[in-house]
Amino acid sequence: MRHTNKSFLKQKLNQKETIVLELKNLHAEVEGEGIEILKGVNLKVNKGEIHAIMGPNGSGKSTLAKVVAGHPEYEVTGGDIIYNGESILEMDPDERAHAGVFLAFQYPVEVPGVTNTTLLRESYNTIAASRGREELDPLEFDDYIREKLDLVEMNPDFLERSVNAGFSGGEKKRNEIFQMAVLQPTLSLLDETDSGLDIDALRVVSDGINKLHGEEDAIVLITHYQRLLNYIIPDFVHVMIGGKIVKSGGKELAFELEEKGYDWLESLAKVNGEAK
Amino acid sequence: MSETKALETMIGEEYKYGFTTDVEYEDFPKGINEDVVRLISEKKDEPEWMTEFRLKAYRAWTEMEEPTWFNATYEKPKFDTLQYYSAPKNKPKLNSLDEVDPNIRETYEKLGIPLEEQKMLSGVAVDAVFDSVSIFTTFKEKLAEAGVIFCSISEAVKDHPELVKKYMGSVVPVRDNFYAALNSAVFSDGSFCYVPKDTICPMELSTYFRINNMNSGQFERTLIIAEENSHVSYLEGCTAPMYDEHQLHAAVVELIALDNAEIKYSTIQNWYSGDEEGRGGIYNFVTKRGACRGKNSKISWTQLETGSAVTLKYPSVILQGDNSVGEFFSVAVTNKRQQADTGTKMIHIGKNTKSTIISKGISAGRSDNSYRGQVKISKKADNARNYSQCDSMLIGQTCGAHTFPYIESANPTGKIEHEATTSRVGEDQIFYLQQRGISEDDAISLIVNGFCKEVLKELPMEFAVEANKLLGIKLEGSVG
Repeated sequence: MRHTNKSFLKQKLNQKETIVLELKNLHAEVEGEGIEILKGVNLKVNKGEIHAIMGPNGSGKSTLAKVVAGHPEYEVTGGDIIYNGESILEMDPDERAHAGVFLAFQYPVEVPGVTNTTLLRESYNTIAASRGREELDPLEFDDYIREKLDLVEMNPDFLERSVNAGFSGGEKKRNEIFQMAVLQPTLSLLDETDSGLDIDALRVVSDGINKLHGEEDAIVLITHYQRLLNYIIPDFVHVMIGGKIVKSGGKELAFELEEKGYDWLESLAKVNGEAK
Repeated sequence: MSETKALETMIGEEYKYGFTTDVEYEDFPKGINEDVVRLISEKKDEPEWMTEFRLKAYRAWTEMEEPTWFNATYEKPKFDTLQYYSAPKNKPKLNSLDEVDPNIRETYEKLGIPLEEQKMLSGVAVDAVFDSVSIFTTFKEKLAEAGVIFCSISEAVKDHPELVKKYMGSVVPVRDNFYAALNSAVFSDGSFCYVPKDTICPMELSTYFRINNMNSGQFERTLIIAEENSHVSYLEGCTAPMYDEHQLHAAVVELIALDNAEIKYSTIQNWYSGDEEGRGGIYNFVTKRGACRGKNSKISWTQLETGSAVTLKYPSVILQGDNSVGEFFSVAVTNKRQQADTGTKMIHIGKNTKSTIISKGISAGRSDNSYRGQVKISKKADNARNYSQCDSMLIGQTCGAHTFPYIESANPTGKIEHEATTSRVGEDQIFYLQQRGISEDDAISLIVNGFCKEVLKELPMEFAVEANKLLGIKLEGSVG
């Protein structure tokens, strides 16, 4: 498609300043298996916004987060991912991280023998170097991360423990948000961050996320339940079913979903599918 | 897939020690028979008892069968065409560094082992062994002040015959195994170290082995004796040029610790490992054994095995003295078509003896990595204890990891614990670190270093950095 209209270009330039993430008819499948999981996702996320993506199990929510972060298990078969005005399809996951994309994992991975401090310093400095910022030496870095610990109410002992090894489910999730605090991303994709958290931990983690969020970054929350949205108030709620966003709305959509269940929209998705 | 590509990058990592040095060699016949054994002894101007030791070993060897029980397949060495002795011309005895062939000196510089004392890592004395002969030993005088003898085994045979006679073959008898017998017959050089009573060796001792000649085998012999209340730490490093043919390295190392003595022996083995198709590379068939003869003595083996086409190696400790301690810390990395069958034996004889085994095997490419260990508690070894931990890590889909623990206890008070794990460096692990901005290569390096941490921290400080770098080079990009 070609647009020669000047006003369109002008509009596009303006958008470029505020749109952090734009998914354009994104299709993706499991690499080598030919099973399509994302079947044409469209989404626009502006700076300062929080978007919640909800949906039943197997709807493609987590896949969406992984595909945006560049997981090699998935292949993008159509459409585009525009981040800060540029397509990032050709970028490796680490390059996307350098550009400010952060994924809080649904199942954070254990790295035995590597301490949290080691990982975070390497991570922080690599990202700093790629952005032309100053790297921190071990002592400076230690001061820096200790400040961030309070944000998620974590014990300093935790810094010298191996990454996620032997952590409880809740600690792992907290650790993800701690990493987010240290790395200060532009776009945070939080994949089921609420699952496995008890009510107190949920409050701590949500408070942390709220404190980290500002005018210059955007958050995409992926969640199955409405519960998290009591603590983190989204600007937009999208419902994903069968690899597509079938309905978008304000925060009230989450309550409607809670009340009516996903069945309500599943039938809607079917009708839409058949209508096409 | 990207993981496979990364793996290939790693496999393609060049072996940076693969150069050859142009040196003129003394003529020496190929193949082996009694005359060849006598000729080696003659070349080295040895006393008769040494010649007899060799001949006895040779005769034993001719009656022995080449072993086949390990988990590796390879083309047998051609014992008839091998050259058993290879010495650069203009040697053998050097008292000043100026007399060392400049080409050989340069070789060691390139390897990062400068022989000038002022250039060396402070606190490390080096014996440089080039093919069959010891080229130079640094810091001899400083060590002599402390009463420590550190020289080539050839010199020791001449200058300290009573010690060599008493201890050589006392831990690894000439008939011990096929390759030990062969080594005992034709060993060319190696290091000798004697630490007298009540002495803490003032510096790290180190031997650097280099195989240069294409057709020669290297058969070095190391003997370390720590008298009562003494302490010594010793490190060996190994590299070789890249050739299409396999080269044989069959060493014997014997350690003896008397009452309250402690020997720490570390190895960084980076022989040429052959190419992707398994052409060339070193056969590393080594017998290493220590005897804790004295009460409260301690022997620790730490090894970082990254090279060689085939490795068969089981550094062991015989715990004879009461309360003695044996330790084995190992990281074995295999890649391409490498095969490693390595582990340890802890033989508990004395009372209250203790042994610890920590083994980390990392396999990548099309390699095979086996841990084979034996813990034996004999009848009289009351309250003996062993703890073994064997962890394997797989990188990619085409490699193998195996664990063969053998446990034998003849004393009901013995305690043996064994733990084993196998893990795979997964796409998810790599992706997790990449998502945190770390490149694929650095991610693998980080994961592997974390995996080996317990062992790497046992290496002497001076070599820890080198070890980390070596692991990095060896495993750059190695993913699964």
